[in-house]
Amino acid sequence: MTDETLTTPERYEPGRHPDMPPPGSTVGVIGWLRSNLFSSPLNTILTLAALYLIYLILPPILDWAIFSANWNDGTSREECVREGACWTMIRARFWQFVYGRYPFDQRWRVDTAFLLFLVTAVPLLIDRVPGKKYLAAFVFLILPVISFFLFYGGLGLPVVDTSLWGGLMLTLILGIVGIVFSLPIGILLALGRRSDLPIIRISSVAFIEFVRAVPLITVLFMASVMLPLFLPQGVTFDKLLRAMIGIALFGAAYMAEVVRGGLQAMPRGQYEGAMALGLGYWQMMGLIILPQALKISIPGIVNTFIGLFKDTTLVIVIGLFELLGTVQQATRDANWAGLSTEGYVFAAVVYFMFCFSMSRYSVRLERKLHTGHKRR
Amino acid sequence: MAAQADLGRRVERSSLLNDTRVRGIIFQILAAVAVGAFVAYIIYTTAQSLTSGLGFFESTAGFDIGFRLIPYEMTSSYGRAFLVGLVNTLVVSAVGVVLATILGFIVGMMRLSGNWLVVRIAAVFVETLRNTPLLLQIVFWYFGVLSTLPNVRQSLAIGEVVYLNNRGLAVPAPIPEAGFSVIPIALVVGIAAAIGLYRWARRRQELTGQQFPAIRIGFALVIGLPAVAATLTGFPLSWDMPQLQGFNFVGGARVLPEFVALLLALSLYTAAFIAEIVRSGIQSVSHGQTEAALALGLRPSSTTRLIIIPQALRVIVPPLTSQYLNLVKNSSLAVVIGYPDLVSVFSGTVLNQTGQAVEVIAITMAVYMTISLLISLFMNWYNRRVRLVER
Repeated sequence: MTDETLTTPERYEPGRHPDMPPPGSTVGVIGWLRSNLFSSPLNTILTLAALYLIYLILPPILDWAIFSANWNDGTSREECVREGACWTMIRARFWQFVYGRYPFDQRWRVDTAFLLFLVTAVPLLIDRVPGKKYLAAFVFLILPVISFFLFYGGLGLPVVDTSLWGGLMLTLILGIVGIVFSLPIGILLALGRRSDLPIIRISSVAFIEFVRAVPLITVLFMASVMLPLFLPQGVTFDKLLRAMIGIALFGAAYMAEVVRGGLQAMPRGQYEGAMALGLGYWQMMGLIILPQALKISIPGIVNTFIGLFKDTTLVIVIGLFELLGTVQQATRDANWAGLSTEGYVFAAVVYFMFCFSMSRYSVRLERKLHTGHKRR
Repeated sequence: MAAQADLGRRVERSSLLNDTRVRGIIFQILAAVAVGAFVAYIIYTTAQSLTSGLGFFESTAGFDIGFRLIPYEMTSSYGRAFLVGLVNTLVVSAVGVVLATILGFIVGMMRLSGNWLVVRIAAVFVETLRNTPLLLQIVFWYFGVLSTLPNVRQSLAIGEVVYLNNRGLAVPAPIPEAGFSVIPIALVVGIAAAIGLYRWARRRQELTGQQFPAIRIGFALVIGLPAVAATLTGFPLSWDMPQLQGFNFVGGARVLPEFVALLLALSLYTAAFIAEIVRSGIQSVSHGQTEAALALGLRPSSTTRLIIIPQALRVIVPPLTSQYLNLVKNSSLAVVIGYPDLVSVFSGTVLNQTGQAVEVIAITMAVYMTISLLISLFMNWYNRRVRLVER
């Protein structure tokens, strides 16, 4: 082949061809559609089926929840005149869903405690915040004490009985108490499980495996029915406190397994290096092993916390009214009877916001920590 | 010499408290004393409030159970009520595990598809279900969806065969006629033949390298033999159709709304978790494996079946086990909507009627621990089979 056989009218110097635009069907919206939705006959069928599914499901839901829904203020379901969802109930009961039956004039205490928690706990999750050690000490040691006095009373504040606590506030209290207490206990259990001392190892394994093998509901039943039996006659325990103990111990067993995973991932050289430096057991764990092991188990810890947060709904069975319980109570009110779907959708959205943001955080961490080769 | 002897003596004399072994023993004695004292204290205080042992198992229960798969009456004993609850728990768990696995694998595959829309739909499914509490989903299906269904007279009919209303699901019940037993026998023979064929084909391939379409022929055997048997015996099976009479359906089988709600919530919730496990399992197989398989000349379908799936299973099986365990444990949430499972019947009604809190809760926990142990044993056995064989 020589140059004469070329049919192009223009001739270019070698290496000086102008860049041609890519074919129109491979770029822009059309290119994206072709490669992502219609790349093969099977994909085309799948896309059409998916579109049909969305057409079947989405318009009725949107219509019910937004376009023909009632957004007005009101005091009973008669005021919901349109055929869609009756969000009037949520508006009327909103603050009850947040605080339960906590007295109106004392609600600033709840707000203060949560604000304090937000301000101190959120920086813990962000990298590159200085002085995390002191912040963590504050959150895990001092804040629980302050919050106790703020929520319950004492030190000059009027006492608010725990039977008045409820709604989202109670959900958050249970969830936060769950993690604040289950993490240290879980770490101790994990260390116990990896210990060389047989008695300590066996008791840790027995506790972890026992708790993990039974449903939380039976643990709560046990806390509410059997704990009074274990105590000497006449001593009574607050119902909420019993639930908290149950949830914290339950969470601790799961936390222990997550932390154990982190401990096992530490190479032996780390232990040997620490021992060679002459560090004792607690120094080795506290200075060398745990900081690294906890760091790699943070995604697992967050996932356990999401599970714990969702499991706080189970306290309904022992008669505590957290968010879902308050919503359920509202739907049994004669004024709002038959609006359970609206109530549950609202509760689901609230839980979703909390759990989804936590799971996004854990995914982000996992991405940051995972540097291996991935498919695609 | 003197200095050396002195040094040796000093080492011997160094405080016992600094010896790791002695310290370990001291710690263990302390721990044993603490645990022992705690247990003894619990047994002591509990023994004071205990009334009697397990004698209540024999006495008459005197309450009815709305959903039972084994015979039970008001006059049956508490032991019988316990069995009914246990069977109900096992049934909803078993059906839930099967549904959740199938759905979870489908959604997990959807999340890996190349189709943008399908990926998004699967992601919305997974994220919505994973990030809301299971209890909320159960009450949502029960109070929010199933109890808002039309009443019996306006039942939603699916092909005039299955009727859905606020009292549950009415489905046709199969009635076996004479000669029906041939079909299950044919099915068993078909399965056995398919397994035998598969083993033979594998051995032949290992010896000679020749392939044999064992899977396709096996499927044909499993489906074909019962079909042939049914045709030869003239389809000895009739259906008892649900008929609307007066205010309720007569005939057919009825599935309680509690069962439907619990099953739906359990299997959808667990399926979302299984989907994530399947997705991460398949993604954990490095892409080089696919490329190497294709370079060896394997077809894409064989690559998936022979290279990707076996390696992915090793990653999938352990977390899958804990999902199964979770499903069984989560079935105890039935107590909230009144499905008569073990917790609801035994830790609920029986405990309230007899007041034997310690025995009842201990037995309930023991049952769940046994179920967990059995599932773990089975899945560990399976995991050993799919595990990577190293040296």
